[in-house]
Amino acid sequence: MRKPFKLKNKVYIAASASAAGRDEAAGPLGDLFDVTDTADNRFGEDTWEKAESAMQRLALDAALRRAGIGAEEIDALFAGDLLDQCVSSNYAHAESGIPYLGLYGACSTAAEGMILASLACEAGLGTCAAVTSSHFCSAERQFRFPLEYGGQRTPTSQWTVTAAGAFIISRERRAGGVLPRVTEIMPGRIVDRGISDLSNMGAAMAPAAADTLLGYFESGGEPRDFDLIVTGDLGREGSDILRDLCAASGLDIAPRHADCGLMIFDGCSDKHAGGSGCGCSAAVMASDVLKNVRNGTLCNVLFVGTGALMSPLTVNQGASIPGIAHLVHITGEEV
Amino acid sequence: MNADNKTYARYAEKRAKKSPVLQNCIRAFTVGGAICSVGHALRTLWSAAGLSEDNSGMMASVTLIFAAVLLTGFGRFDEIAKYAGAGTLVPITGFANAVAATAIESRSEGLVAGVGAKLFTVAGPVIVYGVSAGAIYGAVYFVLTKLF
Repeated sequence: MRKPFKLKNKVYIAASASAAGRDEAAGPLGDLFDVTDTADNRFGEDTWEKAESAMQRLALDAALRRAGIGAEEIDALFAGDLLDQCVSSNYAHAESGIPYLGLYGACSTAAEGMILASLACEAGLGTCAAVTSSHFCSAERQFRFPLEYGGQRTPTSQWTVTAAGAFIISRERRAGGVLPRVTEIMPGRIVDRGISDLSNMGAAMAPAAADTLLGYFESGGEPRDFDLIVTGDLGREGSDILRDLCAASGLDIAPRHADCGLMIFDGCSDKHAGGSGCGCSAAVMASDVLKNVRNGTLCNVLFVGTGALMSPLTVNQGASIPGIAHLVHITGEEV
Repeated sequence: MNADNKTYARYAEKRAKKSPVLQNCIRAFTVGGAICSVGHALRTLWSAAGLSEDNSGMMASVTLIFAAVLLTGFGRFDEIAKYAGAGTLVPITGFANAVAATAIESRSEGLVAGVGAKLFTVAGPVIVYGVSAGAIYGAVYFVLTKLF
C-alpha cells in the first residue's frame, strides 16, 4: 500500500559530500562541491567509466572525513549509477572493504539509496552510506551518441550531470549543531503515461513525481508546511508539468517547489531543459540542500528523487518510458 | 495506449518548446551551401592540378572527409554541427564525423572489440540503405535500358 512510512528511530544524515565536473563547477553551485575537476572531467583516469568511479570514491571519502569516521565503520553501502551492470559503483567500491548493495533506480537512485540506508539504520544497522554518480561522457556513449558526433539537441532535452554525491546515514549523533534527520520515506510507484521521446524525459518523469506527491499529501499536511519541495531532475519542462498536474488535483506546490536539474545549471548556457542523471540530485542534495538544513536556512524538506526507467533498446522497440519518484522527508534537528 | 495517456502525450507534445525550425533551416542552408561551394572549389583545384574530371570529383570528396575527420579529432566538428545542424550532417562531412567520432570513443575498448565492432554503429544505416538503394537503382536502370 502506498503511504509514507514514519521512521520510529532517529536516523540522521550525519554527513554528505559531493564531487563534480567542469560545467557543474562553473555553475551557480560550483563553490559548494567538495571536489571538482575543472580541467577535463577525467579525475585523473584514462576512461570515462573509471572517471565516474573516481568521483564516487572522492565523494564518499570526503563524506567519511566530514563525519569523522573510517570506511570500516560503515555497515552497508548502497550505491548505484546509470551504466550497465552499475559498473561505476562496482569498481568504485571494490577495494573499500565495505559491505555493498548495488542499486539501479536510474536518476532516482540518490533517493532510493537514502531510503534503503535509512531503513537499514531503522532496522538496527549503526551507520550506512548511500552513494550515486553520473558522468556526462559515460552516459552519452551508453544512451545517445559518441561525444564528438555533430548533432543538435531539442529544447526539451536534458544534460547528464557529471557529479557524485555521498551520504552517511546513521543513528549515531557525532556532530553537534543541527543535523538533517530522515523522518519519513515513501517509495514511488512506476508510472508510465506513454511518453516515448528520449529528448523529453521531464514529461516522462513528471507524472511519477505528481503521483508520489499526491500520495504523500493524501495522508495529511500541505505543501506550505514545507520550506522546500525539491525534485530530482525534472528540468524546466518536467517541473512545469509537475506543477500543472499537482494544481489540476488541487495541490499547489509551485511556491515551494525547486528542481535539482534547474538549480545545478541555473543561468548556464547550452544545457537546454536542465540537468539530469543520478549525480544531479545527489550532488545538489549533498551540497546545497543539506548544507542549508544544517545551517538552519531550511528546516523541513521533501526530497522527491525522480527517475526515467528506460533503456535505448526498449525505446527503439517502441516502448514508452516509465517514470519513478521516491520521497524522503528530511527535517533539521538540533542534536 | 489508454485515452488518459493519449491526452497526456498530446498535452506534453503540445507544450514542449519546439526547435527553431526556420533558424535551423537558414543555418543549414548557409553552412551546407558553403561546404558544397568549398567542395566545388576543391574540384576545380584538383582539376587544375591535372586530375581527370572523375578523379578530381573523388578527390574533392576525400579532401572534405579528411577535413571533417581532422576537425572531429580536434573536438571542433561538434561545435560547428551544433550551429549548422543538417548543414554539416547531410554533406559527406556528416558521414565522416559519424565514423570518426565513434572510432575515437570506442578506442578505449581496443581495436577489435571497440573500434572494429562499433565503427559503423551511427553511420551503418547510411551504408546499408545507401548500398541497397544503389543496387535497386542499378537493377531498374538495367531492366529499363534493356527494354527501351
